Amino acid sequence: MNQGNDKYISRSKSVAARMLGGEMMIMSTWDSTLFSLNQTASVIWKAADGATPLRDIVEREIVANFEVDSETAYRDALELVEELAQHGILKIADEPHR
Amino acid sequence: MGSLMAEINAKAIALGVPLGVHLDLTWRCNERCVHCYLDHDDQGEMSFGEIDALLPQLADAGVFFLTLSGGEPLLRRDLFDIVRRARQLAFNVKLKTNGILIRECEAALIRELGVDSVQISVYSHRAETHDAITRAPGSLARTIAAIRFLVSQGLKVTVANVLMRLNRGDYPGVRELAAELGATFTIDPTITPHIRGDRSLLALNIRREDLRQVMRDPAVVGNNVEEYCTPPPPADEDAMDGIACSAGHSACYISPYGDVYPCVQFPLPSGNVRTQRFIDIWRYSPQLEEVRSIRTRDLPVCSGCAHVASCSRCPGLAYMEGSMRGPSTADCAKSYARTGVITANMRRLGIAAG
Repeated sequence: MNQGNDKYISRSKSVAARMLGGEMMIMSTWDSTLFSLNQTASVIWKAADGATPLRDIVEREIVANFEVDSETAYRDALELVEELAQHGILKIADEPHR
Repeated sequence: MGSLMAEINAKAIALGVPLGVHLDLTWRCNERCVHCYLDHDDQGEMSFGEIDALLPQLADAGVFFLTLSGGEPLLRRDLFDIVRRARQLAFNVKLKTNGILIRECEAALIRELGVDSVQISVYSHRAETHDAITRAPGSLARTIAAIRFLVSQGLKVTVANVLMRLNRGDYPGVRELAAELGATFTIDPTITPHIRGDRSLLALNIRREDLRQVMRDPAVVGNNVEEYCTPPPPADEDAMDGIACSAGHSACYISPYGDVYPCVQFPLPSGNVRTQRFIDIWRYSPQLEEVRSIRTRDLPVCSGCAHVASCSRCPGLAYMEGSMRGPSTADCAKSYARTGVITANMRRLGIAAG
Protein backbone atom coordinates (compact mmCIF):
# COMPACT_ATOMS: atom_id res chain seq x y z
CA MET A 1 0.00 0.00 0.00
CA ASN A 2 2.81 2.40 0.87
CA GLN A 3 3.83 4.23 -2.29
CA GLY A 4 7.17 5.56 -1.02
CA ASN A 5 7.99 9.09 0.11
CA ASP A 6 5.18 8.71 2.58
CA LYS A 7 4.91 10.36 5.96
CA TYR A 8 4.93 8.75 9.37
CA ILE A 9 3.00 10.49 12.10
CA SER A 10 3.27 10.10 15.86
CA ARG A 11 1.46 11.74 18.74
CA SER A 12 3.43 14.24 20.80
CA LYS A 13 3.90 13.23 24.43
CA SER A 14 3.50 16.88 25.43
CA VAL A 15 -0.25 16.88 25.13
CA ALA A 16 -3.31 15.89 27.08
CA ALA A 17 -5.97 14.09 25.07
CA ARG A 18 -9.38 12.57 25.68
CA MET A 19 -12.38 11.53 23.61
CA LEU A 20 -15.60 13.44 24.28
CA GLY A 21 -18.71 12.55 22.35
CA GLY A 22 -16.85 11.15 19.35
CA GLU A 23 -14.39 14.05 19.13
CA MET A 24 -10.87 14.21 20.50
CA MET A 25 -9.97 17.05 22.86
CA ILE A 26 -6.27 17.83 22.77
CA MET A 27 -4.42 20.39 24.82
CA SER A 28 -0.78 21.26 24.40
CA THR A 29 1.04 21.29 27.73
CA TRP A 30 3.46 23.86 26.33
CA ASP A 31 1.03 26.64 25.58
CA SER A 32 -2.37 25.25 26.75
CA THR A 33 -3.79 25.62 23.25
CA LEU A 34 -6.96 23.57 23.09
CA PHE A 35 -8.11 21.67 20.01
CA SER A 36 -11.19 19.65 19.30
CA LEU A 37 -10.71 17.17 16.46
CA ASN A 38 -13.71 16.00 14.47
CA GLN A 39 -14.44 12.32 13.97
CA THR A 40 -12.12 11.73 11.01
CA ALA A 41 -9.30 13.79 12.48
CA SER A 42 -9.70 11.85 15.75
CA VAL A 43 -9.34 8.59 13.85
CA ILE A 44 -6.06 9.77 12.31
CA TRP A 45 -4.81 11.02 15.69
CA LYS A 46 -5.50 7.69 17.34
CA ALA A 47 -3.77 5.78 14.52
CA ALA A 48 -0.65 7.98 14.66
CA ASP A 49 1.72 5.32 15.99
CA GLY A 50 4.86 6.55 14.22
CA ALA A 51 5.21 3.23 12.40
CA THR A 52 2.27 3.09 9.99
CA PRO A 53 2.58 5.17 6.78
CA LEU A 54 0.02 7.97 6.63
CA ARG A 55 -1.31 6.63 3.35
CA ASP A 56 -2.01 3.27 4.97
CA ILE A 57 -3.79 4.99 7.86
CA VAL A 58 -5.93 6.94 5.42
CA GLU A 59 -6.84 3.82 3.42
CA ARG A 60 -7.57 1.68 6.47
CA GLU A 61 -9.30 4.22 8.72
CA ILE A 62 -10.81 6.81 6.38
CA VAL A 63 -11.40 5.44 2.88
CA ALA A 64 -12.71 2.15 4.22
CA ASN A 65 -15.19 3.84 6.55
CA PHE A 66 -16.18 7.12 4.94
CA GLU A 67 -17.48 8.01 1.48
CA VAL A 68 -14.33 9.64 0.12
CA ASP A 69 -11.80 8.74 -2.56
CA SER A 70 -8.21 7.92 -1.69
CA GLU A 71 -6.52 11.00 -3.14
CA THR A 72 -8.95 13.48 -1.61
CA ALA A 73 -8.73 11.72 1.74
CA TYR A 74 -4.93 11.65 1.64
CA ARG A 75 -4.68 15.32 0.64
CA ASP A 76 -7.04 16.34 3.47
CA ALA A 77 -5.18 14.15 5.93
CA LEU A 78 -1.83 15.61 4.96
CA GLU A 79 -3.18 19.13 5.41
CA LEU A 80 -4.54 18.17 8.82
CA VAL A 81 -1.37 16.55 10.12
CA GLU A 82 0.75 19.46 8.93
CA GLU A 83 -1.48 21.86 10.83
CA LEU A 84 -1.35 19.71 13.97
CA ALA A 85 2.42 19.45 13.63
CA GLN A 86 2.68 23.24 13.49
CA HIS A 87 1.06 23.33 16.93
CA GLY A 88 3.44 20.67 18.23
CA ILE A 89 0.77 18.10 19.00
CA LEU A 90 1.75 15.69 16.24
CA LYS A 91 5.15 14.82 14.78
CA ILE A 92 5.78 14.07 11.11
CA ALA A 93 8.75 12.06 9.92
CA ASP A 94 9.94 10.63 6.63
CA GLU A 95 11.00 7.41 8.31
CA PRO A 96 9.08 5.14 10.66
CA HIS A 97 9.80 5.49 14.36
CA ARG A 98 12.00 2.64 15.59
CA MET B 1 -13.75 30.86 29.62
CA GLY B 2 -12.71 30.55 25.96
CA SER B 3 -15.49 29.68 23.56
CA LEU B 4 -14.10 26.22 22.73
CA MET B 5 -13.66 25.48 26.43
CA ALA B 6 -17.23 26.65 27.13
CA GLU B 7 -18.45 24.47 24.26
CA ILE B 8 -16.59 21.43 25.59
CA ASN B 9 -17.89 22.01 29.12
CA ALA B 10 -21.47 22.29 27.85
CA LYS B 11 -20.98 19.10 25.86
CA ALA B 12 -19.59 17.28 28.91
CA ILE B 13 -22.59 18.35 30.99
CA ALA B 14 -25.01 17.26 28.26
CA LEU B 15 -23.28 13.87 27.95
CA GLY B 16 -22.83 13.41 31.72
CA VAL B 17 -19.04 13.23 31.44
CA PRO B 18 -16.83 14.17 34.42
CA LEU B 19 -14.50 16.47 32.53
CA GLY B 20 -12.54 17.54 35.61
CA VAL B 21 -11.55 15.82 38.83
CA HIS B 22 -9.83 17.42 41.79
CA LEU B 23 -7.87 14.70 43.58
CA ASP B 24 -6.36 15.50 46.96
CA LEU B 25 -3.41 13.17 47.44
CA THR B 26 -2.99 13.99 51.12
CA TRP B 27 -4.43 16.32 53.72
CA ARG B 28 -1.07 16.42 55.50
CA CYS B 29 0.64 19.78 55.19
CA ASN B 30 3.85 21.54 56.13
CA GLU B 31 1.98 24.79 56.73
CA ARG B 32 -0.76 25.44 59.27
CA CYS B 33 -2.78 28.16 57.56
CA VAL B 34 -5.20 29.92 59.88
CA HIS B 35 -8.07 29.58 57.39
CA CYS B 36 -7.47 25.96 56.32
CA TYR B 37 -10.60 23.80 56.13
CA LEU B 38 -8.88 20.37 56.28
CA ASP B 39 -7.81 17.89 58.99
CA HIS B 40 -4.08 17.39 58.61
CA ASP B 41 -3.73 14.05 60.43
CA ASP B 42 -3.33 11.11 58.06
CA GLN B 43 -6.36 8.88 58.47
CA GLY B 44 -5.27 6.29 55.93
CA GLU B 45 -4.48 7.87 52.58
CA MET B 46 -4.89 5.91 49.38
CA SER B 47 -1.68 4.09 48.52
CA PHE B 48 0.15 4.44 45.23
CA GLY B 49 -1.39 1.13 44.18
CA GLU B 50 -4.90 2.39 44.89
CA ILE B 51 -4.29 5.64 42.98
CA ASP B 52 -2.63 3.70 40.17
CA ALA B 53 -5.81 1.64 39.91
CA LEU B 54 -8.04 4.72 40.14
CA LEU B 55 -6.41 6.79 37.39
CA PRO B 56 -7.37 4.48 34.47
CA GLN B 57 -10.94 4.47 35.81
CA LEU B 58 -10.96 8.26 35.66
CA ALA B 59 -9.52 8.23 32.13
CA ASP B 60 -12.11 5.68 30.99
CA ALA B 61 -14.87 7.86 32.47
CA GLY B 62 -13.67 10.74 30.28
CA VAL B 63 -11.81 12.84 32.85
CA PHE B 64 -9.53 15.26 31.01
CA PHE B 65 -8.50 17.84 33.63
CA LEU B 66 -6.89 16.29 36.71
CA THR B 67 -5.98 18.65 39.53
CA LEU B 68 -3.60 17.12 42.08
CA SER B 69 -3.70 18.93 45.36
CA GLY B 70 -3.81 18.59 49.14
CA GLY B 71 -2.77 19.33 51.89
CA GLU B 72 0.68 19.62 50.43
CA PRO B 73 1.02 17.06 47.61
CA LEU B 74 4.82 17.17 47.68
CA LEU B 75 4.71 15.55 51.11
CA ARG B 76 3.92 12.33 49.24
CA ARG B 77 7.16 10.68 48.23
CA ASP B 78 5.34 9.04 45.33
CA LEU B 79 3.94 12.32 43.94
CA PHE B 80 6.09 12.22 40.82
CA ASP B 81 5.25 8.56 40.18
CA ILE B 82 1.55 9.55 40.36
CA VAL B 83 2.08 12.48 38.01
CA ARG B 84 4.06 10.26 35.61
CA ARG B 85 1.25 7.70 35.57
CA ALA B 86 -1.35 10.44 35.06
CA ARG B 87 0.58 11.85 32.13
CA GLN B 88 0.96 8.39 30.58
CA LEU B 89 -2.83 8.32 30.63
CA ALA B 90 -2.87 11.70 28.83
CA PHE B 91 -4.54 13.75 31.57
CA ASN B 92 -4.11 17.50 31.62
CA VAL B 93 -2.46 17.70 35.04
CA LYS B 94 -2.57 20.79 37.21
CA LEU B 95 -0.77 20.94 40.52
CA LYS B 96 -1.72 22.96 43.61
CA THR B 97 1.08 23.34 46.14
CA ASN B 98 2.58 25.81 48.58
CA GLY B 99 5.91 25.34 46.81
CA ILE B 100 7.93 24.96 50.01
CA LEU B 101 9.45 21.65 48.87
CA ILE B 102 10.08 22.73 45.28
CA ARG B 103 13.68 23.38 44.37
CA GLU B 104 15.38 23.41 40.99
CA CYS B 105 15.29 19.65 40.45
CA GLU B 106 11.62 19.30 41.45
CA ALA B 107 10.70 22.19 39.13
CA ALA B 108 12.61 20.53 36.29
CA LEU B 109 10.82 17.24 36.91
CA ILE B 110 7.41 18.94 36.97
CA ARG B 111 8.27 20.44 33.58
CA GLU B 112 9.66 17.20 32.19
CA LEU B 113 6.54 15.27 33.20
CA GLY B 114 4.34 17.69 31.26
CA VAL B 115 2.35 19.27 34.08
CA ASP B 116 0.11 21.93 32.56
CA SER B 117 0.30 24.52 35.32
CA VAL B 118 1.01 25.06 38.99
CA GLN B 119 -1.06 27.10 41.42
CA ILE B 120 0.59 28.46 44.54
CA SER B 121 -1.04 30.43 47.35
CA VAL B 122 0.61 33.68 48.39
CA TYR B 123 -1.20 35.56 51.13
CA SER B 124 0.95 38.67 51.24
CA HIS B 125 4.04 40.18 49.66
CA ARG B 126 5.19 40.89 53.24
CA ALA B 127 6.80 37.95 55.02
CA GLU B 128 5.45 38.92 58.43
CA THR B 129 1.86 38.66 57.17
CA HIS B 130 2.24 35.64 54.85
CA ASP B 131 4.17 33.66 57.47
CA ALA B 132 1.68 34.63 60.20
CA ILE B 133 -1.15 33.19 58.06
CA THR B 134 0.74 29.99 57.15
CA ARG B 135 2.19 29.76 60.67
CA ALA B 136 5.38 28.57 58.98
CA PRO B 137 8.36 30.91 59.51
CA GLY B 138 10.28 31.54 56.29
CA SER B 139 7.46 30.19 54.13
CA LEU B 140 7.09 33.28 51.89
CA ALA B 141 10.77 33.23 50.98
CA ARG B 142 10.63 29.53 50.08
CA THR B 143 7.40 29.93 48.15
CA ILE B 144 8.83 32.81 46.13
CA ALA B 145 11.97 30.78 45.41
CA ALA B 146 9.76 27.92 44.18
CA ILE B 147 7.84 30.22 41.84
CA ARG B 148 11.14 31.43 40.38
CA PHE B 149 12.33 27.84 39.81
CA LEU B 150 9.02 26.90 38.15
CA VAL B 151 8.85 29.98 35.94
CA SER B 152 12.49 29.50 34.90
CA GLN B 153 11.48 26.06 33.62
CA GLY B 154 8.84 27.70 31.41
CA LEU B 155 5.95 26.48 33.57
CA LYS B 156 2.73 28.44 33.90
CA VAL B 157 2.32 29.52 37.51
CA THR B 158 -0.74 31.13 39.05
CA VAL B 159 -0.40 33.01 42.32
CA ALA B 160 -3.64 32.61 44.25
CA ASN B 161 -4.38 35.23 46.86
CA VAL B 162 -7.05 34.31 49.41
CA LEU B 163 -8.38 37.46 50.99
CA MET B 164 -9.10 37.56 54.69
CA ARG B 165 -9.04 40.13 57.45
CA LEU B 166 -5.36 39.52 58.15
CA ASN B 167 -4.20 40.43 54.63
CA ARG B 168 -7.05 42.54 53.25
CA GLY B 169 -4.83 45.44 52.16
CA ASP B 170 -2.06 43.38 50.62
CA TYR B 171 -3.54 42.11 47.40
CA PRO B 172 -2.11 44.95 45.24
CA GLY B 173 1.33 44.03 46.57
CA VAL B 174 0.78 40.34 45.82
CA ARG B 175 -0.40 41.22 42.32
CA GLU B 176 2.78 43.23 41.73
CA LEU B 177 4.87 40.39 43.13
CA ALA B 178 3.17 37.90 40.79
CA ALA B 179 3.86 40.16 37.80
CA GLU B 180 7.49 40.54 38.82
CA LEU B 181 7.82 36.75 39.11
CA GLY B 182 6.19 36.13 35.71
CA ALA B 183 3.13 34.46 37.23
CA THR B 184 -0.54 35.18 36.70
CA PHE B 185 -2.60 36.41 39.62
CA THR B 186 -5.99 35.41 40.92
CA ILE B 187 -7.86 36.62 43.96
CA ASP B 188 -10.44 34.78 46.06
CA PRO B 189 -12.40 36.54 48.78
CA THR B 190 -14.05 33.31 49.99
CA ILE B 191 -13.24 31.61 53.28
CA THR B 192 -14.61 28.06 53.37
CA PRO B 193 -16.05 26.45 56.52
CA HIS B 194 -14.11 23.48 57.87
CA ILE B 195 -14.82 20.35 55.85
CA ARG B 196 -16.19 18.69 59.03
CA GLY B 197 -18.70 21.52 59.44
CA ASP B 198 -17.10 23.98 61.91
CA ARG B 199 -18.02 27.47 60.71
CA SER B 200 -15.79 29.48 63.07
CA LEU B 201 -13.27 30.05 60.24
CA LEU B 202 -15.81 32.38 58.63
CA ALA B 203 -14.85 35.03 61.20
CA LEU B 204 -11.77 35.51 59.00
CA ASN B 205 -13.88 36.81 56.09
CA ILE B 206 -13.12 40.39 55.11
CA ARG B 207 -15.56 43.08 56.16
CA ARG B 208 -18.37 44.25 53.92
CA GLU B 209 -16.71 47.63 53.16
CA ASP B 210 -13.43 45.94 52.21
CA LEU B 211 -15.25 43.52 49.92
CA ARG B 212 -17.03 46.45 48.26
CA GLN B 213 -13.68 48.12 47.64
CA VAL B 214 -12.25 44.95 46.07
CA MET B 215 -15.33 44.53 43.87
CA ARG B 216 -14.82 48.06 42.54
CA ASP B 217 -11.10 47.82 41.89
CA PRO B 218 -10.47 47.82 38.11
CA ALA B 219 -7.24 45.92 38.69
CA VAL B 220 -9.34 43.05 40.06
CA VAL B 221 -12.57 43.13 38.07
CA GLY B 222 -11.42 44.78 34.84
CA ASN B 223 -11.80 48.27 33.48
CA ASN B 224 -15.56 48.18 33.06
CA VAL B 225 -16.37 48.55 36.77
CA GLU B 226 -19.69 50.29 36.08
CA GLU B 227 -20.97 47.40 34.00
CA TYR B 228 -19.64 44.84 36.50
CA CYS B 229 -21.39 46.59 39.36
CA THR B 230 -24.62 47.39 37.57
CA PRO B 231 -27.85 46.18 39.25
CA PRO B 232 -28.69 42.63 38.18
CA PRO B 233 -30.86 42.02 35.10
CA PRO B 234 -34.24 40.30 35.52
CA ALA B 235 -34.09 36.52 35.20
CA ASP B 236 -35.41 34.96 32.01
CA GLU B 237 -36.52 31.35 31.50
CA ASP B 238 -32.99 30.24 30.57
CA ALA B 239 -31.62 31.62 33.83
CA MET B 240 -34.36 29.86 35.81
CA ASP B 241 -33.52 26.57 34.07
CA GLY B 242 -29.81 27.05 34.78
CA ILE B 243 -27.48 25.18 37.12
CA ALA B 244 -25.19 26.67 39.73
CA CYS B 245 -21.82 25.38 38.54
CA SER B 246 -20.03 22.32 37.24
CA ALA B 247 -19.97 20.53 40.64
CA GLY B 248 -21.53 17.10 40.14
CA HIS B 249 -22.37 17.96 36.51
CA SER B 250 -18.96 17.84 34.83
CA ALA B 251 -16.62 17.86 37.81
CA CYS B 252 -16.11 16.28 41.20
CA TYR B 253 -13.67 15.88 44.05
CA ILE B 254 -11.92 12.82 45.51
CA SER B 255 -10.34 12.96 48.98
CA PRO B 256 -7.10 11.17 49.98
CA TYR B 257 -9.35 8.56 51.60
CA GLY B 258 -11.29 7.86 48.42
CA ASP B 259 -14.43 9.80 49.32
CA VAL B 260 -16.17 11.37 46.35
CA TYR B 261 -17.85 14.76 46.76
CA PRO B 262 -19.40 17.04 44.12
CA CYS B 263 -16.59 19.54 44.85
CA VAL B 264 -13.93 20.16 47.49
CA GLN B 265 -16.15 23.00 48.67
CA PHE B 266 -19.25 20.75 48.61
CA PRO B 267 -18.49 17.89 51.04
CA LEU B 268 -21.59 15.80 50.35
CA PRO B 269 -20.44 12.16 50.69
CA SER B 270 -21.43 10.52 47.41
CA GLY B 271 -19.43 7.28 47.43
CA ASN B 272 -15.94 5.91 47.94
CA VAL B 273 -13.60 4.69 45.23
CA ARG B 274 -12.06 2.15 47.60
CA THR B 275 -15.27 0.14 47.57
CA GLN B 276 -17.02 1.25 44.37
CA ARG B 277 -16.06 1.85 40.77
CA PHE B 278 -15.68 5.55 40.05
CA ILE B 279 -18.03 5.42 37.08
CA ASP B 280 -20.76 3.82 39.20
CA ILE B 281 -20.48 6.58 41.79
CA TRP B 282 -20.47 9.24 39.09
CA ARG B 283 -23.48 7.86 37.24
CA TYR B 284 -25.64 6.36 39.96
CA SER B 285 -24.87 7.98 43.30
CA PRO B 286 -28.22 9.27 44.67
CA GLN B 287 -26.37 12.27 46.09
CA LEU B 288 -24.86 13.29 42.75
CA GLU B 289 -28.18 12.60 41.01
CA GLU B 290 -29.85 14.97 43.46
CA VAL B 291 -27.22 17.67 42.85
CA ARG B 292 -27.73 17.27 39.10
CA SER B 293 -31.51 17.54 39.42
CA ILE B 294 -31.49 21.05 40.90
CA ARG B 295 -32.36 24.01 38.70
CA THR B 296 -32.41 27.65 39.70
CA ARG B 297 -36.21 27.68 39.75
CA ASP B 298 -36.07 24.99 42.50
CA LEU B 299 -34.28 27.27 44.99
CA PRO B 300 -36.82 28.37 47.58
CA VAL B 301 -35.12 31.64 48.55
CA CYS B 302 -32.80 32.45 45.66
CA SER B 303 -35.34 31.92 42.85
CA GLY B 304 -37.13 35.04 44.10
CA CYS B 305 -33.97 37.11 44.53
CA ALA B 306 -33.16 40.12 42.35
CA HIS B 307 -29.67 38.63 41.83
CA VAL B 308 -30.83 35.23 40.63
CA ALA B 309 -29.59 35.72 37.04
CA SER B 310 -26.12 36.92 37.91
CA CYS B 311 -25.29 35.52 41.35
CA SER B 312 -22.28 33.22 41.76
CA ARG B 313 -24.15 31.16 44.40
CA CYS B 314 -22.02 28.20 45.49
CA PRO B 315 -24.21 25.16 46.20
CA GLY B 316 -21.44 23.70 48.35
CA LEU B 317 -21.30 26.70 50.65
CA ALA B 318 -25.11 26.61 50.72
CA TYR B 319 -24.96 22.91 51.67
CA MET B 320 -22.57 23.76 54.50
CA GLU B 321 -25.04 26.41 55.64
CA GLY B 322 -27.77 23.79 55.84
CA SER B 323 -29.24 23.13 52.40
CA MET B 324 -27.82 22.66 48.93
CA ARG B 325 -30.96 24.42 47.66
CA GLY B 326 -30.50 27.32 50.05
CA PRO B 327 -28.61 30.58 49.77
CA SER B 328 -24.88 30.94 50.28
CA THR B 329 -24.44 33.94 52.55
CA ALA B 330 -20.90 34.54 51.30
CA ASP B 331 -22.21 34.87 47.74
CA CYS B 332 -25.04 37.12 48.91
CA ALA B 333 -22.34 39.35 50.40
CA LYS B 334 -20.52 39.43 47.07
CA SER B 335 -23.66 40.24 45.08
CA TYR B 336 -24.52 43.02 47.52
CA ALA B 337 -20.97 44.42 47.60
CA ARG B 338 -20.91 44.42 43.80
CA THR B 339 -24.26 46.09 43.15
CA GLY B 340 -25.55 47.65 46.37
CA VAL B 341 -28.83 45.76 45.85
CA ILE B 342 -29.93 43.80 48.92
CA THR B 343 -30.49 40.05 48.38
CA ALA B 344 -33.59 38.02 49.22
CA ASN B 345 -31.57 36.10 51.80
CA MET B 346 -30.35 39.27 53.48
CA ARG B 347 -33.94 40.53 53.62
CA ARG B 348 -35.07 37.20 55.07
CA LEU B 349 -32.37 37.32 57.73
CA GLY B 350 -33.03 40.98 58.49
CA ILE B 351 -29.55 42.06 57.39
CA ALA B 352 -29.70 45.79 56.70
CA ALA B 353 -28.13 47.57 53.75
CA GLY B 354 -25.10 49.70 54.43
